[in-house]
Amino acid sequence: MSQDTTSAPPPTAAAKLVFGSRFAAAARRRRTIETRWKALPRPLRALFVLVLVGFIYLLPSLHLPIIPTSSDFTALLAIIIVPYVLVALGLNVVVGMAGLLDLGYVGFYAVGAYSLAILTSQHATVPWLISIPLSVGISMLAGLLLGAPTLRLRGDYLAIVTLGFGEIIRLLAKSSDWMGAQSGIGNIKSPPNLGPIKFSGTIQERNTAFYYLAVTFVIVVFFFLRRLESSRVGRSWTAIREDEDAAEHMGVPTFKFKLWAFAIGAGIGGLAGTLYASNVRFINPDNFQLKLSILFLAAVVFGGPGNMVGVVFGAVAVSYLPERLRFLNTTRYFWFGVVLMVMMVFRPQGLLPRKLQQRIKPRDSVMPAFIDVSEGDPDREGGPHGTATA
Amino acid sequence: MATLSFGGFLTFAGFLSRFWPSTITGLVLGAVYALVALGYTLVYGVLRLINFANSEVFMLSAFGSFLAIEVLNVPQRLTGGGDPVKTGWELIGILALCLVVSVVIGGLSAVVVERVAYRPLRQRNAPRLVFLISAIGASFAISEAVGEWGPQQRDEYALTKFFKKQQLFKVFGADVYNANVIVVVGAAVMALALVLFVSKSRVGRGIRAVAQDAETAKLMGVNVDRIILITFLVGGLMAGGAAFLYEIHTPFARYDVGFSIGIKAFTAAVLGGIGNVRGALLGGVLLGLIESWGSSLFGSDQNIGNVAAFVTLVLVLMVRPSGLLGESLGRSKA
Repeated sequence: MSQDTTSAPPPTAAAKLVFGSRFAAAARRRRTIETRWKALPRPLRALFVLVLVGFIYLLPSLHLPIIPTSSDFTALLAIIIVPYVLVALGLNVVVGMAGLLDLGYVGFYAVGAYSLAILTSQHATVPWLISIPLSVGISMLAGLLLGAPTLRLRGDYLAIVTLGFGEIIRLLAKSSDWMGAQSGIGNIKSPPNLGPIKFSGTIQERNTAFYYLAVTFVIVVFFFLRRLESSRVGRSWTAIREDEDAAEHMGVPTFKFKLWAFAIGAGIGGLAGTLYASNVRFINPDNFQLKLSILFLAAVVFGGPGNMVGVVFGAVAVSYLPERLRFLNTTRYFWFGVVLMVMMVFRPQGLLPRKLQQRIKPRDSVMPAFIDVSEGDPDREGGPHGTATA
Repeated sequence: MATLSFGGFLTFAGFLSRFWPSTITGLVLGAVYALVALGYTLVYGVLRLINFANSEVFMLSAFGSFLAIEVLNVPQRLTGGGDPVKTGWELIGILALCLVVSVVIGGLSAVVVERVAYRPLRQRNAPRLVFLISAIGASFAISEAVGEWGPQQRDEYALTKFFKKQQLFKVFGADVYNANVIVVVGAAVMALALVLFVSKSRVGRGIRAVAQDAETAKLMGVNVDRIILITFLVGGLMAGGAAFLYEIHTPFARYDVGFSIGIKAFTAAVLGGIGNVRGALLGGVLLGLIESWGSSLFGSDQNIGNVAAFVTLVLVLMVRPSGLLGESLGRSKA
């Protein structure tokens, strides 16, 4: 830990100052992958992404021998892993990007699932394709309703209020006959068939269809968030996450953007909920235990909050691990807890930590600018970096 | 929203007639919440992090006190196989013994949690979110371990009755049982001891110093690591006491009993102003009362009581963003 204190180059020394030496080491390693990826020509990158997407779509038909589980692999992917990825991406908007601790994310998941159930089965027969945007809209509205009074609260207060929200949704569903009470809601509509993709076929066909649907949702959400991340909204979130007061002083309307983060996160959570509800076709309040929120959060932190690729890996790990450990039967959650603890001790920044150059980069570019000034280049003096170093 | 009907319905007349009984239940629950909330508030005050595993400390202590009563076979041994139901000084002796066992288990497990789940992270200067996940991992592991290898696995573990529930006196027509009195008095004594410890003792001053400014406290010669350990220990002792008192009120325990109590207690701590010892006590009692009144108002629906508790929390935080009494473990006297 301490032997590289003197030999480290300035940028990592800066990172060390801010994040501690383990994080600096991670930053160094990560930047080589990052720069290599950025150095590739654009068409090559696009090709690589296409191949990756194609591979993901073909995953159920490939029969890979390396990932054996006791349950059917396609079902595992369609029912557990891919929905988890979707949820983790949504929660990452709130926790990783905007830095707001949400412990009741399952509430939005439940709102989405219950909206779909109520719209397609309990009180109406709205077509599935229309119910999905409606349910997502309702979830976003729930996000706004929860966020508007509570987002002025500081970190940990927000955590407990969101935790309460997650519980309230479940308890209301449990006590209200309108929402099916304890017995829940059945006969939820499945998506309509789309050519060879049959949602009403055999179990195998159905699982494959749901896998395609879920993966499509994930890919759409992923690229939507990628765009968002590098937009004004994403930069505002970063600013809020790093220092809310400073962001406010720099003219970022923090409350507005926090509300956006909440609403978008809620929408994605709701989308995952509708996916879940239309897959299992029967939901009851016990499907939305608070434990689930904690597993979602674990997925984000496990992968590396703020880094979407990391979060995807984290979600796969957190959902796959208990299944992989199924041979341990009922003790698997015990081992899961142990793994979580050990993981946090040995790799606290997550599997793939978020891009640290967001914080380091200005310093990288500041250094030459600063030297230039000292060498007597008058043109540079009024530049934005000049004020940053002053 | 006329169709939106809850398990019961709004019965105001019924609520008035149940007001005093539900107030007593609320006080009993509130006393337990207040004690557990102390564990959250102290650790938060000192480390600025949510001690998520405090709920499992509570659960372990509950099982510990059960085992103490069953394994030691206290009631029979005292009377040589006679009537297991106790009264008078004998009862008080048994209660005190079990309380001590429960408190010791609580303190020990809290210290172990600090050592295993927090200290390695503190030494690495990990981000705060990581502490939360590590604590959640510890919480999972403990609760699942008890569910798997505990005395009753995943079933409820019922305590043998060793004292008779007796009506002692009436308050506005509501029966007050001996169990209620034991819980409330026990909790009050423990809370008072803690308040005195934090405000008067040397170690308590250390805790307040670290809560105020850990760096400066270190410079002034406070052993911060030791203070943190003691903070966890004290929180665990309180959770242990709370667990035993809770078992007197509700003689069942399950591997997941800590979860809901823990969340309620944490809510109580936030309600009163997290990091504030008196706030946690006030928040705990208030939360217990609100929960009890809420469920009684809606035809004794337990779920609605919980909803009422959380809604109150949101409302209070909207008006007072840092809880009823504000966060001030460092600043105030206690």
